[in-house]
Amino acid sequence: MARIIVVTSGKGGVGKTTTSAAMSMGLALQGHRTAVVDFDIGLRNLDLIIGCERRVVYDFINVIQGESTLNQALIRDKRCENLYVLPASQTRDKDALTSEGVEKVLNELSETFEYIVCDSPAGIERGAHFAMYYADDAIVVTNPEISSVRDSDRMLGILSSKSRRAELGQDPIREYLLLNRYSPQRVKQGEMLSVDDVQEILALPLLGVVPESKSVLTASNSGTPVILDDKSDAGQAYSDVVRRYLGEDIPYRFMDEERKGLLNRIFGS
Amino acid sequence: MRLLDYFKNTRSGSAAIAKERLQVLVAHERLDRQHSPPYLINLQRELLEVIRRYVNVDQDAISVTMEQDETRKASGNASISALTVSL
Repeated sequence: MARIIVVTSGKGGVGKTTTSAAMSMGLALQGHRTAVVDFDIGLRNLDLIIGCERRVVYDFINVIQGESTLNQALIRDKRCENLYVLPASQTRDKDALTSEGVEKVLNELSETFEYIVCDSPAGIERGAHFAMYYADDAIVVTNPEISSVRDSDRMLGILSSKSRRAELGQDPIREYLLLNRYSPQRVKQGEMLSVDDVQEILALPLLGVVPESKSVLTASNSGTPVILDDKSDAGQAYSDVVRRYLGEDIPYRFMDEERKGLLNRIFGS
Repeated sequence: MRLLDYFKNTRSGSAAIAKERLQVLVAHERLDRQHSPPYLINLQRELLEVIRRYVNVDQDAISVTMEQDETRKASGNASISALTVSL
């Protein structure tokens, strides 16, 4: 029986797909058989971030509509044998997602995978609904920015009332905060909401803080999940996130400004 | 400027304003979620349709709120719905 993780936010552009790619690759690198599913029907992008776009033959909707088997549509990652990608359809409409179809695919994935990471589209409509509906755990990706925090709070309301667990009266979805694109320097200058500020408002356990980093764009340019760049701050932050998710107790990093020498403080830019 | 920044280590930027605005907003929206029964939106829409048959009002002119009255809770009559229409 797999654990289903939804990566969600409400707001667009906060780093859901980057997080889904990093999280699923991280779980796979830790030895867990992991599938990552793109729920953004019509705007497929996870394949690009993972770097398997040229190997897409069949997609999620093909499987739902019986035009291919699940195994035909799943793409095995070339860098890590534990990771499989189920791409979204680029040509169909999100109405092609049906409740029975999504449930059938997730059930079938559950038979052979340990973790299923669902990359939610932005918004709160059909795609986002199905991405979160069957979840056991939710990673709420939030930027330290007012509209993102508000949308995250709205999403928390939806997770606690509209999910399968809520409807069946089971234990609620386990929710975690991932604070993305954090800039300790701007926080120190009072220009950006701090981790504490965001946690005070959302009251979620913190899975990690990922700093604003050039390496994220570099990674997406080359189709490499940023977690594979173990020299970069963002890559290391995501590795911590994965290990914390798996229950390890790791001190938080990247929340404070790098120490600079006195000369750098005076003459540095 | 960098030298000045070194001594000026106070937190008085716009983040404090953002936090305050968020706290107010989020508290308000959570209250709406908790207290509004799911039918309230439909009730509001249908009431508006009925009123519009007689008077020409727009969407913003009507508000339906649900309030919990602590004093009446004992008698089992806990919620009061209030309809306001500005003509």
